[in-house]
Amino acid sequence: MSEVMDRPQTLNLKVVGTRPIRPDGADKVTGKATFGADFSMPGMLVGKIKRSPHAHARIVSIDTKKALALAGVKAVITAADFPDLASEEYEAGESAANLRDLALNCMARGKVLYDGHAVAAVAATSSSIADAALALITVTYDVLPHVIDVEAAMEAGAPVLHAHLFTEGLETKPDRPSNIAKRNELMRGDLEAGFAQAEVTVEGRYTTAAVHQGYIEPHACVAAFAPDGQCQVWSSSQGQFMVRTYCAKILGLEASNIRVTPTEIGGGFGGKTTVYLEPLALALSRQSGAPVKMVMTREEVFRATGPTSGAVIEVKLGAKRDGAITAARVVLKYQAGAFPGSPVGAGSMTALACYDVPNFSVTGFDVVTNSPKVAAYRAPGAPISAFGVESAMDDLARELGMDPIALRRKNAVRDGVKAAYGPTFRNIGYLETLEAIADHPHYKAPLGPNQGRGVAVGFWFNVGGESTAAVQVGEDGSAVVVTGNPDIGGSRASMAMMAAEVLGLPIEKVRPIVADTASIGFSMLTGGSRTTFATGMAVTQAAQKIVVDLKRRAAQIWDVPVEQVDWINGAAVCLDAAKADKGDLTLAALAAQSARTGGPIGAQVSLTAQGAGPGFGAHICDVEVDPETGHVTILRYTAAQDVGRAIHPAYVEGQIQGGVAQGIGWALNEEYVFDSEGRMENAGFLDYRVPVASDLPMIEPIIVEVANPRHPFGAKGVGEVPIVPPLAAVANAVRAAIGVRMTDLPLSPPKIRAVIDAR
Amino acid sequence: MTSRRHISATVNGDPVEFLSEAGTTLLDALRDELGLTGSKEGCGSGDCGACSVIVDGRLICSCLMLAAEAEGRRIETIEGMADGSTLHPLQRKFLEHAALQCGFCTPGLLVAAKALLDANPDPSESETRYWLAGNLCRCTGYDKVIRAVMDAAAELRQARV
Repeated sequence: MSEVMDRPQTLNLKVVGTRPIRPDGADKVTGKATFGADFSMPGMLVGKIKRSPHAHARIVSIDTKKALALAGVKAVITAADFPDLASEEYEAGESAANLRDLALNCMARGKVLYDGHAVAAVAATSSSIADAALALITVTYDVLPHVIDVEAAMEAGAPVLHAHLFTEGLETKPDRPSNIAKRNELMRGDLEAGFAQAEVTVEGRYTTAAVHQGYIEPHACVAAFAPDGQCQVWSSSQGQFMVRTYCAKILGLEASNIRVTPTEIGGGFGGKTTVYLEPLALALSRQSGAPVKMVMTREEVFRATGPTSGAVIEVKLGAKRDGAITAARVVLKYQAGAFPGSPVGAGSMTALACYDVPNFSVTGFDVVTNSPKVAAYRAPGAPISAFGVESAMDDLARELGMDPIALRRKNAVRDGVKAAYGPTFRNIGYLETLEAIADHPHYKAPLGPNQGRGVAVGFWFNVGGESTAAVQVGEDGSAVVVTGNPDIGGSRASMAMMAAEVLGLPIEKVRPIVADTASIGFSMLTGGSRTTFATGMAVTQAAQKIVVDLKRRAAQIWDVPVEQVDWINGAAVCLDAAKADKGDLTLAALAAQSARTGGPIGAQVSLTAQGAGPGFGAHICDVEVDPETGHVTILRYTAAQDVGRAIHPAYVEGQIQGGVAQGIGWALNEEYVFDSEGRMENAGFLDYRVPVASDLPMIEPIIVEVANPRHPFGAKGVGEVPIVPPLAAVANAVRAAIGVRMTDLPLSPPKIRAVIDAR
Repeated sequence: MTSRRHISATVNGDPVEFLSEAGTTLLDALRDELGLTGSKEGCGSGDCGACSVIVDGRLICSCLMLAAEAEGRRIETIEGMADGSTLHPLQRKFLEHAALQCGFCTPGLLVAAKALLDANPDPSESETRYWLAGNLCRCTGYDKVIRAVMDAAAELRQARV
């Protein structure tokens, strides 16, 4: 085995591709796993946040004297307790963050920009005293007009959120501030000529509502600030290093003085790729001298974290009679929430990524609005643009009298095609996923009255990036895998499996841990579908380094050249026939002699993983629409996806099923509802209705495996692709069932009733 | 400070005593007074089921019950589901079917599923889905959860024969 594999190992695998019990499983089914709110320290205070009741207002004054005077109150903070940061972009994995905006989102300074925006925080000896203290803080506001609708926010006379915000990406610098933070454009060919060649055109205007990631675990942390400036944070997030970096920047601390220990994380879906509580808890701990625990309520989660953008999508497609698309025009307007940074860039880049279109333009607008700053949500931006494009593709297939899968196949990107967003595709499995659904019995199954079938496809880049992993072999030949990536959906299992495969150990002899920021090297956060790919690559390379070292140790023991030693099934084998009688040296045997062969056995690898293979999915959805109530029932759902290589197929299936369920919620139920004052009206799970078990059928995943040559076992990212197609798959099925194109999500019963009644 | 009331109850077969403020929920008492953090708070309003416990044989959201109401009651939580270090068939099937991803909703789902199988040893898929409709899971799409519960039910039926 070479030190670094030059092509993926896809044959003779003993562990990769099997379905072992996850190593953290017993803790999770017995209630012992420690999530964010489960961690406590002696002498801990309770921290709580005072939030704005206004969508947009100037803060005239904040009086905290009465709160501070209350017995049991140990700290009260406002923006005055944080440095007033300069505007600075910080590259943080999937998306860049502006540090000033990040700090202002954690604690408002001068102005509140959405209902729920934090204005002050307290730490007290009990929850009830903290509540009483919040009530004693007097904030005087000068209420301003607000704007939440994305197109209203773009209008010339709209209330302006940021006086310093001038639209980027225009040919000439505008002379007045605007809520349009940025305009981006992707273009190819000659759009006008493309539409002139078209024999059929379809057009649509689509809208999606702001929706929340909806992780069941609210944000939670404990922070402890020591008098010498060293501090510790325990929190539920998608990246302990992300928490460390952001806390250091927001509070002006040295990163090395902040040790962040990740707790178990109860779902993130992108929503825990930023900080809300941790900097406040640290500031409260600094002021009080005691550890501070902060846990959000569900209402706070809805009002002040996430969501993703509500949006307007305009699509025009032109095609020849044979289905060949000649031109595409896409306009995307995405809410960013209170600060710039919607996922419209990714939405633009993914919009046409499944298609080989000679002439197109995609224009995106990033628009600030008086709603919570959007956070990443699973394939950020892609489901929104795909909803528009895939709805229009469905209309185009209907116009052409063409099978919707055949139309997509006709225009499909394939190896060697330059993607709409730039690079040239290699080793993609898009056509294979289309074939998988076309050949599936579901596609030909008969439908009953009021039932319809929809098809849609989706794309996500998947990312690599910086990761560190260490593998340590114990004195008995068992191993520990250490990484810096929170395990949200079973990644400990895939890390251990890849190490076990290389070392030749059974999976039970490899134990994975997720370490704190002082115990392992830097890793970018768990996001972008990067962990199994990038951190898995680091784990594999660390295990491979150990194998190289083990062969050297065996050669030393046997006194043969290292070329005469192979590593087979977890043991060194001597290839020198004259010495073959010495038998194999197992990992356990080598570990027992490690003191005489060079000391403890272990390796650490830090790398920047390149070549994350892009992912494609193709979905079929059957619905039944109740003509009396307008209620949509999902009857059947099949989702094919190219995953490169499924390391642990059961968790790959789970990612596909979970992404589909979230997409169905986005399509049918979920939305932020604001009153006329800009306050969220449905900030709870009863009224913000995520899918429940009785809303869904079984979701059939089809794993397609077109190996990624850049990963040691061929893996591509998995988690994000499956949320991209469902919005349109559901809408296209509803179109087939009721004969009318529905363009505004969610497809709630009253909207469908209205259309059926008008039919 | 509000006065605290003394409560005696049975949790997972053991007698417990704790002090409770007037507004304290059973969930807060379990987590903060008794250190049983397996029951989770996902909403605090009875909508997500992450805090599911069984009180005198009845499945409830412990965030909707006052701790003071627990006086004299018999409470079962996720911490009492395994028999020592032997997992309950539901726990084992959840692991075998990969019916959890983040695992936050898992204790509540397991407790609710146990209450289902206590009441109905042979539930249909539809009955299982409606029984568990009060337990939100955002990761799995419920597919593997439903399969795990029905598989555990089948195994428990076999064991009874």
